[in-house]
Amino acid sequence: MNLRAFAPPLIALALLGAASPAPAQVTADRLRQASDEPQNWLTYSGTYASQRYSLLRQIDPGNVKNLELKWVLPNQVFGAWQATPLVVDGVMYVTQRPNDVLAVDAKTGRVFWQYRYPVSPEARVCCGSNNRGLAILGSTLFMGTLDGRLVAIDAAGGRPLWNVAVGDPRLGYSLTMAPLAVKDKILVGVGGGEYGIRGFVAAFDPASGKELWRFYTIPGPGERGHETWSGDTWKTGGGSVWLTPSYDPALNLTYWGIGNPGPDWNADLRPGDNLYTDSVIAIDADTGALKWHFQFTPNDTYDYDAVQVAVLADVTLRGTPTKTLMWANRNGFFYVLNRETGAFLSGAPFVKVNWASGLDAKGRPVQTPQPPGQPTWPGNQGGTNWYSPSFSPRTGLFYLSAWEGYASIFRKEPATYIPGRNFAGGGHTVVTPVPGAPGPRIGRTTPVNDWTDVTGHGAVIALDPQTLQRKWTFPQYDVTDSGILTTATDLLFTGGREGYFYALDARNGEVLWKASLGGQIVNGPIAYALDGTQYIAVISGNSLYTFGLRQEPPR
Amino acid sequence: MSGVGRVRGVGRTLLVIAAFGLLAAPSLRAQADHGAQYSQSDIAAGYRVYSSQCVQCHGGLGDGISGVDLRRGVFRRAASDEDLGRVITNGVPGAGMPPFKLEAAELTGVVAFIRAGFDQTASVRVGDPARGRALYDGKGDCATCHRVRGRGALTAPDLSGIGLVRTVAALQRSLLNPTTAMVPANRPLRIVTKRGETLDGRRLNEDSYTVQLLDTRGRLRSLAKSDIRTLTYATASPMPSYASRLTPDEIADLVGYLASLREP
Repeated sequence: MNLRAFAPPLIALALLGAASPAPAQVTADRLRQASDEPQNWLTYSGTYASQRYSLLRQIDPGNVKNLELKWVLPNQVFGAWQATPLVVDGVMYVTQRPNDVLAVDAKTGRVFWQYRYPVSPEARVCCGSNNRGLAILGSTLFMGTLDGRLVAIDAAGGRPLWNVAVGDPRLGYSLTMAPLAVKDKILVGVGGGEYGIRGFVAAFDPASGKELWRFYTIPGPGERGHETWSGDTWKTGGGSVWLTPSYDPALNLTYWGIGNPGPDWNADLRPGDNLYTDSVIAIDADTGALKWHFQFTPNDTYDYDAVQVAVLADVTLRGTPTKTLMWANRNGFFYVLNRETGAFLSGAPFVKVNWASGLDAKGRPVQTPQPPGQPTWPGNQGGTNWYSPSFSPRTGLFYLSAWEGYASIFRKEPATYIPGRNFAGGGHTVVTPVPGAPGPRIGRTTPVNDWTDVTGHGAVIALDPQTLQRKWTFPQYDVTDSGILTTATDLLFTGGREGYFYALDARNGEVLWKASLGGQIVNGPIAYALDGTQYIAVISGNSLYTFGLRQEPPR
Repeated sequence: MSGVGRVRGVGRTLLVIAAFGLLAAPSLRAQADHGAQYSQSDIAAGYRVYSSQCVQCHGGLGDGISGVDLRRGVFRRAASDEDLGRVITNGVPGAGMPPFKLEAAELTGVVAFIRAGFDQTASVRVGDPARGRALYDGKGDCATCHRVRGRGALTAPDLSGIGLVRTVAALQRSLLNPTTAMVPANRPLRIVTKRGETLDGRRLNEDSYTVQLLDTRGRLRSLAKSDIRTLTYATASPMPSYASRLTPDEIADLVGYLASLREP
């Protein structure tokens, strides 16, 4: 998949784009073959394989210095803007917090329509009114809401078609991920891992909103895996889902990252491995049946959600062509799995780790809990987190945004489950050189960096899945929550909390171009093309910026 | 838990305007002076509530939400303790703050914890601010390096609002053992540029490519790191320890004066 370096001429793409004034008709076939139309960005991660690798070639290392700003879409709502837009035949669809949808001319940034979903005051989310984006199928957009609902919206008219309850917001259920359309179903999972939910993923009928199947990420009595919970702890076991799954059409499997167990920081209250928290699960797209699972952090006491996006790539490992699933986990380890069977192939830390001394032959961590009051690496936000990684079939490298030199002191406390309330069981303090000094926050809230790189800094890391070693590192002074985009011309686009937007050379990490956009970049950049021009779009602070090459002056 | 921006969005334009109006209004930090009226047991109970229910969004230092700084008493929508309780109980619809149905004792506690500036330590002696001020100007000679409300040197951090950003325990530690209390952002900076200029000063801000500082001549300088030959931070504080220069009573008085400096 995507191993061939295939790129249709841009002119043909432009014609395709220009010849489609009709409302979007994104069939299941188009979604399955999304890499054949790199002028569009049809799912959260671009394609089902989630490589965030664009086949567009107009912008290359030689001309990237000529990028210029084409247009800006300012957000009317303040707060971290985490959404990845979709681009469908010249129209960009993007969400802004809390649950607004904008349809935008992808060439000019002018807005066709805006839909504002009224979020119930009952909504409760741990970490901000975030929404990460949309799915499209046919001519319908699908959005999860902070108050636990799934909404279908007419992509042409911008009006809601139906709206169904997925989870009860009074119990802390919310939807922040971009749904995924697979064949004739819309797939979503529920957030709320800080509220003692029982997580699940589910499929819905795109026409009616009827629920078609549901898989609980916390197995109930009689179900396989239930034995990894004691007593009634499974009922409040967490296992939230807040990132979009990946999908392998040939295997008909969807791959979901599952969040932390509840309560977050006191594993003593829930003895056992606590399946399927902090795991990747492979779910049959038609039936919702579990094919396999792999747990990264059994009996987690650090809040190491496995909410990363699964990157699917076919690579030759030690001479054997292998259908892999690559995963850089919040717990600081990078894993290569066989995505047909879930078998562990290899794994190693990509940042400093001291909560485990390593992985055994099956990939299970050998846990080494630190004494109370002592630092644990990586800290609470992890070696990485939800930030989308990228894989380039050309370089064969896996790219991620990492936090380095960042540790937390975790503490355990009693926890009593009260419906709708935080169910934490402790907390953590970022390790700083003197007591009470600032450390990196969950998001950047001030233009002045008063925590410094002493308490943690960011880096883009290029990992070789063959050796698990770093090929190169691009450090940043502040930490970074930016996603990553690579291209068929060996460019790598990313940002960070400082508001610099970079084009790096994907082969060696050198900076080829940068723009100082000012606001924190907490989404993943995308590429698309329209009328012969390749665009790169990224969100910084409260605005979405779109770049393309400067037009050559007439000769 | 989500690893995501905790900046809460305000859902509607009108609310945005309303929020701005409140942000522009005078902050109501005067209430934060009343730390003494809250009992230590309330503050301790409040810490437990805060660390389980509030810390995910507001952060360990209370400044996790843009425009809100709970420890310093900077609120968007509250003046009195009753206001605080109402915001906690009802939430802020549209801004992402959910309603918290706390028991009365929990609510009292979390308000006490916020009003006490997140300070759970009752062991630090806080003396008389007036005597402390005399020490600051006299025996302590603090204005040689520090500035308060426009008076004094800028060599070391301005202390006009130090009572808002440091607990009394941290203030005491600064006087007795300055290096162990110096936060990384205040480390003295020396820059030698590629053109040979040497700059000493205090770092104000920094990113991957630039550094902003206040030099010892009081100039605001912003430099590209590509123009810098060496950039050195001192990890030892240049401030002397007052452990042997002042008596314990005098230290307590000086802590009392510093804690009373609450210019926002």
